[in-house]
Amino acid sequence: MEITLTLNGKNIRAQIAPDTLLLDFLRQQGCLSVKRGCETSNCGLCTVFLDEKPVLSCGVLAARAAGHQVQTLEGLQSEAEEFVGFIADQGAEQCGFCNPGFVMNTIALLRQNPDPTDDEIRAFLAGNLCRCSGYEGQLRGIRAYLDWKKRGGADCGE
Amino acid sequence: MLSIGQYVRAQSLEEAYTLCQKKSSVVLGGMLWLKMQDRTVGTAIDLCELGLEGIEETEEEFRIGAMTSLRALETHPGLAAYTRGAMARCLGSIVGVQFRNLATIGGSLYGRFGFSDPLTLLLALGARVELYHRGVVSLEEFAALPYERDILVRVILPKEAQGAVYLSQRNTATDFPVLTFAAVCRPGGLACAVGARPGKAKLFWDEEKILAGGINPDSARRFGQWLAGQVPFGSDLRAGAEYRRKICEVLARRALLELAKEV
Repeated sequence: MEITLTLNGKNIRAQIAPDTLLLDFLRQQGCLSVKRGCETSNCGLCTVFLDEKPVLSCGVLAARAAGHQVQTLEGLQSEAEEFVGFIADQGAEQCGFCNPGFVMNTIALLRQNPDPTDDEIRAFLAGNLCRCSGYEGQLRGIRAYLDWKKRGGADCGE
Repeated sequence: MLSIGQYVRAQSLEEAYTLCQKKSSVVLGGMLWLKMQDRTVGTAIDLCELGLEGIEETEEEFRIGAMTSLRALETHPGLAAYTRGAMARCLGSIVGVQFRNLATIGGSLYGRFGFSDPLTLLLALGARVELYHRGVVSLEEFAALPYERDILVRVILPKEAQGAVYLSQRNTATDFPVLTFAAVCRPGGLACAVGARPGKAKLFWDEEKILAGGINPDSARRFGQWLAGQVPFGSDLRAGAEYRRKICEVLARRALLELAKEV
């Protein structure tokens, strides 16, 4: 079957099998930030935006995304790069495999709630699993980024 | 592995209903549970173009389209006010935000899953479901029905509750629950639903009038003990039946005492 959708701002037309998962379709399109983790819709690694909402691309048919807007980390580089340095500065992750999903969902959180409390951060990111860390590093990184934003973006990377 | 022969976006409920009469067809909800199955589907029927996404609030009720996401219910201000936070508490532990943006209330209720959080709360709240072929039935009746090839169109939630509390016990956050519990003050008395028994949620009323003199620490404890004796529990890999019975006593007591503060 043929589908058309908007991927990272570009119109895409493609032939797919009806049971193609959005995850596989996006990787075929070269969006390799979208990774297969648990494949049971639990780990958050394959998070993408579907019409601006964070969803698990391993749980959506590509056919269902037809006619909609899809964004991956490849399309959100400038929004992401401001904040990922703070994650790195905290040594928040060891292997970094979970990072794209974490970054995508953090962007979703901060778009909805620009000044979240620690509990709100924990609740929003509860669907992103990291098997190396205890999540405290990510929380510190997000908090440091938010504090930096409150200071007007000065002293980046401290 | 899920294999799908044909994907169809139904253009009417009649078309969806006709297509789903075939044994090899399946109606897609959020399809998060469906995709976990090793199954070959002839026609996957998507209801996404039928305008079944959204929550309509009137003086008397909420009308919730079957394709409404659990996240939309969790964050709806009207539902939050009406249930005094119980709706968000019920849904907020289900996996993660990304999952709840996909999972639909129609899919959650049609499956009548034993682990279902929303089935537990909506049973206690006295919800009804509108089925395309069968019409409107109470959720309690629907939960007891065998699986039929019908389309769940919407959930109707009458505004009759005076207070609601939802509690669940989980071994780890975002996991399936070990037990779910909802207590709601309705015109007919106190309605309690117990789910993840591990069977599907069941509705109970204060038949023994234990709470007739009001909810206090003693009556809440006695009601919890009575209720735990009424509910059929089972064992699975998450918990044993006896553990669930003990947890039921505790959740019932805590929920009633919380409810007493609200009403």
